[in-house]
Amino acid sequence: MSAMSNSNWSRRSIFRAAAGMAAAGTLAACGGNNGRGGGSGSGKNLVQYFHAYGEAGTEQAIKRYAKAYSKANVSTSWITGTNFEAKLFSSLLTKQAPDVFEFHPQLQLVKSGQVADLSDIIDPVKDDFNPADINSHTVDGKIYGIRMIDDPQFFYYRKSMLEKAKVEVPTTLDELLEAAAKLTTSKVKGVNLGNDFTPVQGNVIWSAGADTLDSKNQIAYHTDAVVQGIKQLRQLFSSGHVLLDAPTDWWDPSSLNQGLCAIQWGGLWSMPAMQKALGDDLGIFPFPKVGDNGKPSVTNGGWSMFVNAKGENVEAAKAYVKWLWIDQKKYQEDWALSYGFHIPPRSSIAAQATKLKSGLPAEAVKLFTDYGHFDNIAWDQTMITALNDVIASSVRKGGDPEAALDACDKKVNVELKKLFG
Amino acid sequence: MSTTTTRGVAETAAAETSPSRPRRGLRSNATLNFWLFTGPFLIGLVIFVFVPIGWSVWLSFFDARYTVTPSHFIGFDNYKQILTNSNFPDSLLTFTVFATFIVPTTWALSLGLALLVNQLRFMRAFFRSVFFLPTAVSYVAAALIWKMSLFTGVRFGLANTVLGWFGVDNIAYLSNPSPPWYWVVIVTLRLWIQSGFYMILFLAALQNIPAELYEAAEIDGAKRGWQTFRYITLPQLRATSTAVILLLLIAAYQAFDEFYNLITTKATWAQTPLMELYKAALGTNQDYGAGSAGAVILSLLICIVTLAQGKIMGFGRGEESK
Repeated sequence: MSAMSNSNWSRRSIFRAAAGMAAAGTLAACGGNNGRGGGSGSGKNLVQYFHAYGEAGTEQAIKRYAKAYSKANVSTSWITGTNFEAKLFSSLLTKQAPDVFEFHPQLQLVKSGQVADLSDIIDPVKDDFNPADINSHTVDGKIYGIRMIDDPQFFYYRKSMLEKAKVEVPTTLDELLEAAAKLTTSKVKGVNLGNDFTPVQGNVIWSAGADTLDSKNQIAYHTDAVVQGIKQLRQLFSSGHVLLDAPTDWWDPSSLNQGLCAIQWGGLWSMPAMQKALGDDLGIFPFPKVGDNGKPSVTNGGWSMFVNAKGENVEAAKAYVKWLWIDQKKYQEDWALSYGFHIPPRSSIAAQATKLKSGLPAEAVKLFTDYGHFDNIAWDQTMITALNDVIASSVRKGGDPEAALDACDKKVNVELKKLFG
Repeated sequence: MSTTTTRGVAETAAAETSPSRPRRGLRSNATLNFWLFTGPFLIGLVIFVFVPIGWSVWLSFFDARYTVTPSHFIGFDNYKQILTNSNFPDSLLTFTVFATFIVPTTWALSLGLALLVNQLRFMRAFFRSVFFLPTAVSYVAAALIWKMSLFTGVRFGLANTVLGWFGVDNIAYLSNPSPPWYWVVIVTLRLWIQSGFYMILFLAALQNIPAELYEAAEIDGAKRGWQTFRYITLPQLRATSTAVILLLLIAAYQAFDEFYNLITTKATWAQTPLMELYKAALGTNQDYGAGSAGAVILSLLICIVTLAQGKIMGFGRGEESK
């Protein structure tokens, strides 16, 4: 108490300090890094949203490209964490919404008028893009996004570990189960498909010869072969031969690089880091076929640029997107190849991508071409979440796949009705 | 000593003269003072609590996909959807069970810690701080520590390292729901982070129990220990216990952070009601109508449970009416 009595603080000084802090806060809110302005260009202020890429140098690269644009001040929100979608969508409802953002093609975004028609800027170079990428962004003949990068996903494996265990590269899901068992030791697990197995949920469907939706946008995933594939995945999950609860998930190369597993599901972006850590002791293969009528599959992920149609600067945003993702081929090449590896969606850039022309990267491009499955704009987040539940219930928890798929059907049909009536 | 006496006299004199002065300015206007002090909080309450609640109720009757200003009225369809075609009802059931377990466990642990610390003759402040410190850690940070250091599924996680000494294979605590080891992770985290706070409440209540009660009981022949605890301490803590149980109950239904980080939303188990609403309204599905319908149902449920608990335990009732 004596310390309090001797203090120089008085009610007035506390009040003055509080008022000062409030004023400072107000002033701080007026300037600084508030996501608006601050670029080197002139004219309008634009904001672009990016999720945090794991490869070193990517954030600096995006900011460097934006700084080079002279017709508007472009500031970048580099959103860390795993909930990019939540932050993006909640901000799109506010006046602080980004003018330009990266995401995946989603029909609901088009139907709700959230994303702008970019046909006029893409049409002149449409033939230079991968046709599948153009198709996945097209609704009623209009193109709503520009693909920046294609990211094939497949299995990586340690050649030496397979040789030591006398295991051939698996070509069927059954063989993957056997390989996982033979490769597992007291310190190494046979295979890593991600901590929750959802990264391969599309592949089980495609490798079983089915698809998420058919050409009439009706359910196409609920087949006997898919049910069989889910049962096999359950066998794999409960075998004790898969890496679970690893400190890093499937998209990070650490588990394979550190010798925690012999085979790991991953993306092309991880290849430079894996090659640096493992040298030539690295191979790749697609998700193996499921059942007799199946075919190996590769997920073609990736990211696309969209313009917020409800923003205040639609034309300026379109001009920026055209400048960066249509005109500036050197930046597009740098973005696709200088950090992690990605396949440039434009043929003219891909043709010059010497880093992807030989060795393992060339094998990855071949897998992408031979077995790749692109985004379906009608297969939206609600449907993806419904399929997540199938993997959770029947693969991880051991429930009946038929019942889980029936529950998924109900949710997907409600969503399809909302989208197509 | 003389200095102290002089200062004391001077202060007393000043205090005696003050009532005779005319009261001026802010001190004289009780109504103004009331609004000055409560006004800002009331405005905040209206803007950040009542308006969103009202908006949420309104949204729950509209088709509000990708918008919070919808125009298509659909009646109770969102309620029907969230109750019949989602995992929300399961999450309510799971968390009723979770609350039934975690509330009494945390209550007992907090009370036990408070009794232990209260008994200490030395280093009481130290142990009080040690037990209270986890309260300062965010659920997100704690969840990441639990997930990435203590309960990883690999051989170098702390729990698996210890189990490895006894020849037990690595356990995937969070990815594999069979058997449900994830509850061990969640419950230990929640107990670690919550108990210290409630211990402080119990400690304050314990220190408010008059010593005369214990003396009188001793004279009447009550034995120290369980008998004293059962018939004096526990009844004297009734008001604090009721408040603690109420807060714990609400916290159990509002659980989100650690579940979101430990279990993630890609599961069908251990999904809290708030996580289900998050999945419906934010992040992926962007259906604010269905999410709002769930929020209304959850709010009503919390109100009903709170009122029922108040009825049973007498929270808010005057001492004389107990």
